[in-house]
Amino acid sequence: MKPAAFDYYAPLTTEAALALLAEHGEEGKILAGGQSLVPTMAFRLARPATLIDINRIASLDFCRADDEVLRIGALTRHARFETPFLPGPLGALLADVAHNIAHTPIRSRGTFCGSLAHADPASEWCCTALTLGATMVVANHVSERRVAVADWFQSLFTTALQPDELLTEARLPLRDESWRYGFYEFNRRAGDFALAMSVVALRLEGGVVREAQIGLGGVGTTPILAKDAAAALIGQAPGEAAWGIAAELAATCFEPTEDINASPEYRRDLVRAVTKRALRKAVA
Amino acid sequence: MDGIGASVRRIEDPPLLRGEGRFAADIDLPGQLHMRVVRAGMAHGRILSIDTAAAAAIPGVVAIWTGADVASLPPIGFRMMGLTALEPYRQPILAQRVVRYVGEPLAVVFAEDPYVAEDAEELVYADIEALPVIIRAAGPIGDFDAAHGTEPTIIRKAYGDIAAAFAAAEHVVELELAVGRHTGVPLETRGASAAYDAATGRLAMHGAAKVPHTNRIAIARMLDLSLDQLHLHEGHVGGGFGIRGELYPEDVLVCLAAMRLGRPVKWIEDRREHLMAANHSRDQLHRIRAAIDARGFVLGVEDEFWVDQGAYVRTHASTVPDLAAGMLPGPYLFPAYAAAAHVRLTNKTPAGTYRAPGRFEGTFVRERLIDAIAERVGLDPIAVRRINLIPPESMPFDRGLDALGTPLVYDSGDYALLLDKFLRHLDYEMLQASLATRRAAGEHVGLGLAFFVEKSGLGPFDDVRLELDAGGRAVLVTGAASVGQGVETSLAQITGEMLGISYLDVTVVHGQTDRIARGMGAFATRVTVMTGTAIVLAAEKLRARLLAKAAELLQQPVSALVLRDGAAQAEGGSPSIALPALIAACLAEEDAPRMVAEATFESGHMTYPYGIHLAIARVDAETGGVVLERLAVAYDIGRTVNPMLVEGQIHGGAAQGIGGALMEEFLYDEDGQPLCTNLADYVMPTSGEMPPIDILLTEDAPSGIGRLGVKGAGEGGTTAAGAAIAAAVDAALGGRVPITQLPITPSRLHAAMKQAGFE
Repeated sequence: MKPAAFDYYAPLTTEAALALLAEHGEEGKILAGGQSLVPTMAFRLARPATLIDINRIASLDFCRADDEVLRIGALTRHARFETPFLPGPLGALLADVAHNIAHTPIRSRGTFCGSLAHADPASEWCCTALTLGATMVVANHVSERRVAVADWFQSLFTTALQPDELLTEARLPLRDESWRYGFYEFNRRAGDFALAMSVVALRLEGGVVREAQIGLGGVGTTPILAKDAAAALIGQAPGEAAWGIAAELAATCFEPTEDINASPEYRRDLVRAVTKRALRKAVA
Repeated sequence: MDGIGASVRRIEDPPLLRGEGRFAADIDLPGQLHMRVVRAGMAHGRILSIDTAAAAAIPGVVAIWTGADVASLPPIGFRMMGLTALEPYRQPILAQRVVRYVGEPLAVVFAEDPYVAEDAEELVYADIEALPVIIRAAGPIGDFDAAHGTEPTIIRKAYGDIAAAFAAAEHVVELELAVGRHTGVPLETRGASAAYDAATGRLAMHGAAKVPHTNRIAIARMLDLSLDQLHLHEGHVGGGFGIRGELYPEDVLVCLAAMRLGRPVKWIEDRREHLMAANHSRDQLHRIRAAIDARGFVLGVEDEFWVDQGAYVRTHASTVPDLAAGMLPGPYLFPAYAAAAHVRLTNKTPAGTYRAPGRFEGTFVRERLIDAIAERVGLDPIAVRRINLIPPESMPFDRGLDALGTPLVYDSGDYALLLDKFLRHLDYEMLQASLATRRAAGEHVGLGLAFFVEKSGLGPFDDVRLELDAGGRAVLVTGAASVGQGVETSLAQITGEMLGISYLDVTVVHGQTDRIARGMGAFATRVTVMTGTAIVLAAEKLRARLLAKAAELLQQPVSALVLRDGAAQAEGGSPSIALPALIAACLAEEDAPRMVAEATFESGHMTYPYGIHLAIARVDAETGGVVLERLAVAYDIGRTVNPMLVEGQIHGGAAQGIGGALMEEFLYDEDGQPLCTNLADYVMPTSGEMPPIDILLTEDAPSGIGRLGVKGAGEGGTTAAGAAIAAAVDAALGGRVPITQLPITPSRLHAAMKQAGFE
């Protein structure tokens, strides 16, 4: 469990980091929190020739709410959200999610953007970002572009991020007070990769659901939006009847992965359970 | 006030809390090389060739060995319970022509630093021709090699007339029960450092644990050294649990390399290696049946079981099947009994003992059987247990079997009394009523209870040397070992109690083969019983000399004097003489720098503590997840030296039992590839999964073996946890989903619940 040899750079500016990325391309890897990358290197499953450590780049260490968006810089650690960063339901959701990410030492080091760039299918932040409609700000040494989350997750551990690009910021839309959020995950131990999770967002008005998103994580090769399940909630009164219908649709809307902890059939059953529970929590 | 029975703080802790511990990885020897093991990636195959050229070309690589380089060394022998039939299955220190499990040492690299060693490891290329893989121990017998099959022996134990029992039976209850493959996972992985002094011909190995004296003899024999050329040294040890400290190929390789290469050699195992190279355990399949009468009294039990030994038979030889077969009857009368244990070789990591070896499995099997009997005759599970318990007037109770080569005679016990006390302690009726209320409200919650009999105090001997210096401080030198269980503290308490001094004035030297000629080490929950009594015998010699001298000086009859509070004194405290003055007077006579007494305690019988586990579990019906709400343990260990340490043992043991019951399992695919080689896939309980543990310690049945009345406390936290948790889950689901397999993982339980028609 000793990594293969690598070159290490610790640039002080984003420009310098991007120049290094341009120079090293496929062989270069960004080190932020390192909570996935470093163990993978220790197992020698990853062996980047060059590590570009962005931890000294002060301008990437920010997290702030503007008028309509929460801007999360590349060095924002998971722990930043453990106590609600924002007032209201969204801050509460992010805190709930944060508490389910691994363990305290990992949360104090690992980053929000690092999770999105790594794109582990069981990542809580990936599921959250997809459900909430995040926007990614990515840059290379010549330009910057924005990527909608719907275009971000491509397959297992693969995103729209190009080898010469850095995810500098993730943006979560701030929604009005008619929105409610819920999160639930099932795992074998506190802090483990979830066998199934769901993040839901509901806009309630006049006693019925007007808009809805249901995200699923840990069950396919990427996080998944259960669109039919969310659509089935529109116009429905919140409650067990509606939740049951949505959960059923959620359970059948994806191709489940199989591993030592869960068969495909079990994963569908778990999605039924976690979706219902996330919906209950949203209106609790 | 800090002698036997006091919950004093551990002597061991200050250096550990200050970060001054000296674990295997903390030992660095000047000029050392780092050893890295190249491990087989295929579960079974014939080695055609091993190409080391590319690895050897890396700067910093000093040597690379394959099986051919160590072919002259014998395989690793048996430490205990060896059988001739098992000898062909011993493991060589590097694979010889055949690899038999993923993780088997195939070659070793020695390099200037551990990173280079790992770079070189990757470049060692073995051409291996695949052979058929055996994954299921209870399947057909295969070939181990041309001359030997995969079932070297069947261990049989029996008493009574089993045929008559079944002929007379009102009912026969049959079950098939399985316990998964799991093991102890110490926080500290294995490690060893060795240095050879060519000038004196002496070899020293650091990183020894558990049984340094025994391993010294074994290594010396393998390397053709005389005993005085080799010493083993135990540092701090981050957990034993049965697996750590046994003699493994890597220990021998480190010693051999230090001699051959003329430089110190260090090896530290990484976690991935640990999970596929250190001993696995458990993994048994039992087919058991009981002949019972109409009221649930068991007339006879017949058990046939298969033990998945893995790819080789290691140091423990037949220990686990022997204990499983011998101790399965537990606390019940069972007038007739017959067990047959099939020892089976497969292509998995070799197996050995793990805390409560054979008893965790056997207790699960027996207690599930008792629950099934209760179900069959329509009686409360506790009532059926009462009917079958061995009554106190039958103690000592000769089981008519043997275990670990000793006659299995329960030395003392009042099983029904412990049950009564435990149920009262728990307010059992109220507890059941509250669970019934919750079940009526729709919760899937239930309670399970399981009895167990443990064993402790394995002989055959323990030696101690006890020294008193002029200042009144004692040094105890023992061949016992510390694996972190609090040996120093408890032995210091016994010494202090005997000599009338504080345990803080006792220094305990253990695990050093150059300090005492022989020693048995620490395993099988033996130390407090065996070393404890040896201390009593040595201390009595010192006490006799001290009190005789005190009688002379104080002009009192010896019978009127005691050693207490650092002085020899008459009852009431006066007259008295402080220990330093008294020792000085003794030493003046002897012309020696310190008073020394040696003693040996020999015993051919083990002691048998006993207890009960109670679990309360809640099942999440939609996910199959189990939440263990509470675990309670009642344990009678005869006499408690340090209740805090005993409770710590029970807590830690319970965590491991919970792991085996609900989480931990080494899974393999059909090709013999291990699927759980990191701590994300090998799921162990954390503080987040631990319920409150409620402990009732009793001292109703002191042992007549040894001088202290104590029985060992090391394993009972684990023994019945699997059985009790299975029963609790069973009860939570109203008996609709019989639990016959551990661990009860969410996916397994969910599938079983669906099959049983749960929503």
